[in-house]
Amino acid sequence: MTTTPQAVRRASPRKRRPATPAAPDPSAGLLPRAEPVRLLNPDGTALPPRDDYPEPPVEALREMYRRMVVGRRFDAQATALTKQGRLAVYPSSRGQEACQVGAVLALRDDDWVFPTYRESVALTARGIDPVEALTLLRGDWHCGYDPAARRTAPQCTPLATQCVHAAGLAYGESYQGRDTVALAFIGDGATSEGDFHEGVNFAAVFKAPVVYLVQNNKYAISVPLSRQTAAPALAYKGVGYGVPSEQVDGNDPVAVLAVLTRAVAHARAGHGPFLVEAHTYRMEPHTNADDATRYRDPDEVEAWRDRDPIVRLETHLRARGVLDDAAVAAVAEEAEAYAAGLRDRMHTQPAVDPLSLFDHVYAEPTPQLVEQREQVRAELAADDEEGDA
Amino acid sequence: MATMTMAKALNAALADAMLADDRVLVFGEDVGQLGGVFRITDGLQARFGDKRCFDTPLAEAGIVGFAVGLAMSGLRPVVEMQFDAFAYPAFEQIASHVAKLRNRTRGALSVPIVIRVPYAGGIGGVEHHCDSSEAYYAHTPGLKVVTPATVEDAYSLLREAIDDPDPVVFMEPKKLYFASAEAELPARKEPFGTAVVRRPGTDATLVAYGPAVPVALAAAEAAREEGWDLEVVDVRTIVPFDDATVAASVRRTGRCVVIQEAQGFAGVGAEIAARVQERCFHALHAPVLRVSGLDIPYPAPMLEHTHLPSVDRVLDTVARLQWDDQPDARWVAA
Repeated sequence: MTTTPQAVRRASPRKRRPATPAAPDPSAGLLPRAEPVRLLNPDGTALPPRDDYPEPPVEALREMYRRMVVGRRFDAQATALTKQGRLAVYPSSRGQEACQVGAVLALRDDDWVFPTYRESVALTARGIDPVEALTLLRGDWHCGYDPAARRTAPQCTPLATQCVHAAGLAYGESYQGRDTVALAFIGDGATSEGDFHEGVNFAAVFKAPVVYLVQNNKYAISVPLSRQTAAPALAYKGVGYGVPSEQVDGNDPVAVLAVLTRAVAHARAGHGPFLVEAHTYRMEPHTNADDATRYRDPDEVEAWRDRDPIVRLETHLRARGVLDDAAVAAVAEEAEAYAAGLRDRMHTQPAVDPLSLFDHVYAEPTPQLVEQREQVRAELAADDEEGDA
Repeated sequence: MATMTMAKALNAALADAMLADDRVLVFGEDVGQLGGVFRITDGLQARFGDKRCFDTPLAEAGIVGFAVGLAMSGLRPVVEMQFDAFAYPAFEQIASHVAKLRNRTRGALSVPIVIRVPYAGGIGGVEHHCDSSEAYYAHTPGLKVVTPATVEDAYSLLREAIDDPDPVVFMEPKKLYFASAEAELPARKEPFGTAVVRRPGTDATLVAYGPAVPVALAAAEAAREEGWDLEVVDVRTIVPFDDATVAASVRRTGRCVVIQEAQGFAGVGAEIAARVQERCFHALHAPVLRVSGLDIPYPAPMLEHTHLPSVDRVLDTVARLQWDDQPDARWVAA
């Protein structure tokens, strides 16, 4: 029998390196699991329980179900209001309710949320008045709610810029001895923006208690994820900053709440930021002004419809015997009433005051703004006189 | 009275502000142990600790965005952009958030931060170290834009900027950092937002700010030999702009030259010239003229003296103020 020189070398014990203990892997504990965490199958049947992510309490899941159903009805109503011309534009949350409601439920009321324009359902889940949540899109002002009182930053349109604010806010809170956590929403496309990197990096360097929740809904308007990153998954971006991360099935409400609860606990315990990538799907176009059929295969959309987060959670809660027809009907009724209330209130024309344009440019208006306000006041008075004549 | 540099006065203002209000945090690139590349934060970390004065990752958008978040939590950040042109990565944060947050939220949130920007040239700096970027900020509603020209103003304007409820872009003329003057601190005199007559005169008004103020003063001194008695107004706060002081001066003198170091087109000087013309038309004996840098990217060090407004260029311009009541030949159609 002949052997190749290579085989001889491999067999030679003299060539073997002495056994030394492997150096600890510095990325250990930072890398996400290769597969998204999932506690429910796509059809809503439960997977075997796991130690790392125990199922959240039943009461939390029932509350999650309630807020998701109400949120989806709100979302449908907002879309309808857009078609009726009551909103300038509406970016739908449909399909992403598990992420948005799960984030809110993982936080305390005194924690801070940094939403983007797509987080209307997160806002309403936080208890923000739906009319105030839609002010931006109705167009009577920019931010309709009081961010300081609601501990919810204005919905952020410039992509990823909120990631740095969340780091600063969270650091500032801990600097002042408070155990507040900040959760920043961000989409898959915005992870390409510099401010995402700067935000996560600042949070990591200053050990700021921030949870970054990337809702990977697969498209940045029309551009697919493959044009945003060559990384195995967006969650892998964490390790480069020394930030632990996890992937989760973003349409599995049970898993989303479990993963985010752990991420928030990590941040609150003083271990610094945590990055979560939730794999989900934007069921609607980017906004009502978009035509998603130009870039998405209808079969793809249909496949995601089969993983609907609300159906999944309902199936699970029914199987656990903690949700029955009466409870489902009660939630549906609440959602209808919520939408009807919104519809009624949005069908009145909001009062806007042109002179208020000058109120909050500075704490006190500059002399130039005082002059311009007088000019506008005179223009309005002249308009009134013409109207009376 | 003691002799001190503008750099020292700025340093004293930061220290006094930190002493007066423990919400004031100073951070940026190299501002900690090093004390900043211009030493404006010298000794602050040693005195106040590394939680109050600290270095950050080298990322300007991050620095400003971090300051926005800190302000939302109730703190008063003072950040340093190492050089004018290095602040550009932060522009989105400044224009979209710092300037607008109060307005977007109807006053529920405010951003009482100070963004210190060492700016302008005249120091032999290589490219990207000498930009006059004030117009970008002045064109952004919601920001206040301040630039001191004297040692005492450097102190008092910075203290006032830190106390201000609104965001302030504080533009520090680099070439004046190490010029000394007799100064007494703390110096807090005229209210924030007011221009000042640096040198009274009767024949024409030179309006200048920041690094152009010493040029204006030198030109006014040289003009005595030509028989002109020139008034010099130091704008100090570009935003809010003190129309009243500037217009009152021009109405007295009847002639006006606006001087800025920045390139001229669509600059702050253009705005000032327009405002003067609107308010003083009937008092003017000549068009309002401007002296500025050239409309070119900031030149290499060996050529910067051609770019920078000089005393001679100011005097040549003053000479064109129609002293003989004849129109400037170059603007009259053939």
